[in-house]
Amino acid sequence: MKIAVCVKQIPDPATPYELDPESHFVVRPEDQVLDDTDRYGVEMGLQLAEATEGEVVLVSMGPAGSLQGIRQALAMGADKAVVISDEALRGSGALVTARVLAAAIEREGVDLVIAGTESTDGYAGVVPQMMSELLGMPALTFARRVEHDDGTIRIERQTSTGYDVVEATLPALVTVTSGAVEPRYPTFKGIMAAKQKPVDQPSCADLGVEGIGAAGSGQTIASVRPAPERAAGAKVQDEGEAHLEIIKLLDQAKAI
Amino acid sequence: MRIWVFAEEIDGAPTSLALEMLTKARSLGDDIAAFLVGAGSAETLGTLGAYGATTVYHLDPGDALPSAGAAAALAELADNENPDLVMFGLQPTDRDVAGRLAGRMGIPVLSNAIDIVMTADSILIINEILGGATLIETTFVGSGPHLVVVRPKSFAAEPGAGGDPNVITATVPETGHSGSAMVVERHAEVSTGPRLEDAEIIVAGGRGMGSQEQFAGVEELAGLLSAAVGASRAVVDSGWVPYSLQVGQTGKTVKPNVYIALGISGAMQHLVGMKDSGTIIAVNKDEEAPIFGVADLGIIGDVHKVLPKLIEALKTR
Repeated sequence: MKIAVCVKQIPDPATPYELDPESHFVVRPEDQVLDDTDRYGVEMGLQLAEATEGEVVLVSMGPAGSLQGIRQALAMGADKAVVISDEALRGSGALVTARVLAAAIEREGVDLVIAGTESTDGYAGVVPQMMSELLGMPALTFARRVEHDDGTIRIERQTSTGYDVVEATLPALVTVTSGAVEPRYPTFKGIMAAKQKPVDQPSCADLGVEGIGAAGSGQTIASVRPAPERAAGAKVQDEGEAHLEIIKLLDQAKAI
Repeated sequence: MRIWVFAEEIDGAPTSLALEMLTKARSLGDDIAAFLVGAGSAETLGTLGAYGATTVYHLDPGDALPSAGAAAALAELADNENPDLVMFGLQPTDRDVAGRLAGRMGIPVLSNAIDIVMTADSILIINEILGGATLIETTFVGSGPHLVVVRPKSFAAEPGAGGDPNVITATVPETGHSGSAMVVERHAEVSTGPRLEDAEIIVAGGRGMGSQEQFAGVEELAGLLSAAVGASRAVVDSGWVPYSLQVGQTGKTVKPNVYIALGISGAMQHLVGMKDSGTIIAVNKDEEAPIFGVADLGIIGDVHKVLPKLIEALKTR
């Protein structure tokens, strides 16, 4: 089966994020990393492709930069990547992102689309569902377990009180949570092979997507300001009596 | 101002987030309706009415996964009734429907809202970005309906004086393959004590607890304080406790009076789920752990030494 896995390159979360003072968009360095939450989708895609002699195509939108994050996912074993890194996309909202990714996926013609539940840097958390509607696919979301059997996909969908087992036939879209699989680490061979794997970089015009960028997103940023910071309180080194400090505070908070 | 609130019925009641949104909607508009997905018990309908919905559009999805059908029904209703604003909560089914509806109608959705402000000529949505470090105000361009996804606990839920609502059964247009996903089994994970969303006190444990056996200390302390048990993503991913106990961006957003974090380092995605708690107490051996940045009391030490003493001392009180 042919599987598209949506991935995103993000600035290294270990470094503080900067906003461009004029556009208010996140400043994206040349070297970005694979969003950690996407490693689960990549792993899931690889496992399903291995079981069906299929292939995994990575689909990503955003400034390509050095493609470091994309190469990380290719090094895990994905076959190729499609990266839409069109300057005209700057400032695009979630819906434009979904339209672009859906168009790239449609062009590939896949049986299954896999995505994370949300990105680490933007976390709107609605892009996969938008894509499923645009692609005319059922969306099996928040999967903590995924099984495929002869064209039927079955997941355990996390709910607020437990989980549901949800089933649909392909083609379908699945979003996976971080507990669904244990992502593999790239091997040295995988890292070397990733350098040679094809990365297609179509423009939005190539994909036939119009009305993009900030202007096509139907929203405008009115202001940006730092959130009121919560003042950090006392820090106490435990010398054997720190639990008494906790009890004192619980008392004050009328918790005991 | 015509405002619709998406409401999912779980265990015979609307989600608490739906009631929070209805309360906010009452302060913003004068024409409030709920779109209910679920069996539609009399109690649920009455509660939605009491919280301000004068009309309830009701969709019973049966065993279908509701997202595609609900989005199609909402899109058709919105075309006819022209709501100015449609509110969804940051929780699984709400997110599914909001995303599909936006895709279907070709209109934007603003997510992670913590406040909504009406101005003379537009609707301002205030979002937290970058893990809650930055607030951003966004307005919609063009006419409605505008879609917004609201973070839990952004608004307090308070019943109003509304009576029983006018109930209209929503019709679902043909959704074809999109709407073909079926729920074939439902599993509730039983947990004891108060629900995370409603708890006054939460005791949460992270990877620093060491193992599933040692996590029992978190549960014991929670029992002594009549608190709910919470967990970090690492803990639920390891299978020590069910996913329904996860606090954070992918889990639940909580706002108890007291939050005790044991062996939790405080990754950004955990902090956004609990940083608005009243009093935060953290125990962690790493002095640099980000959790100390939001803690009113941070104990730098070994949780396996501090916790047993704390439990012992509370037992003798």
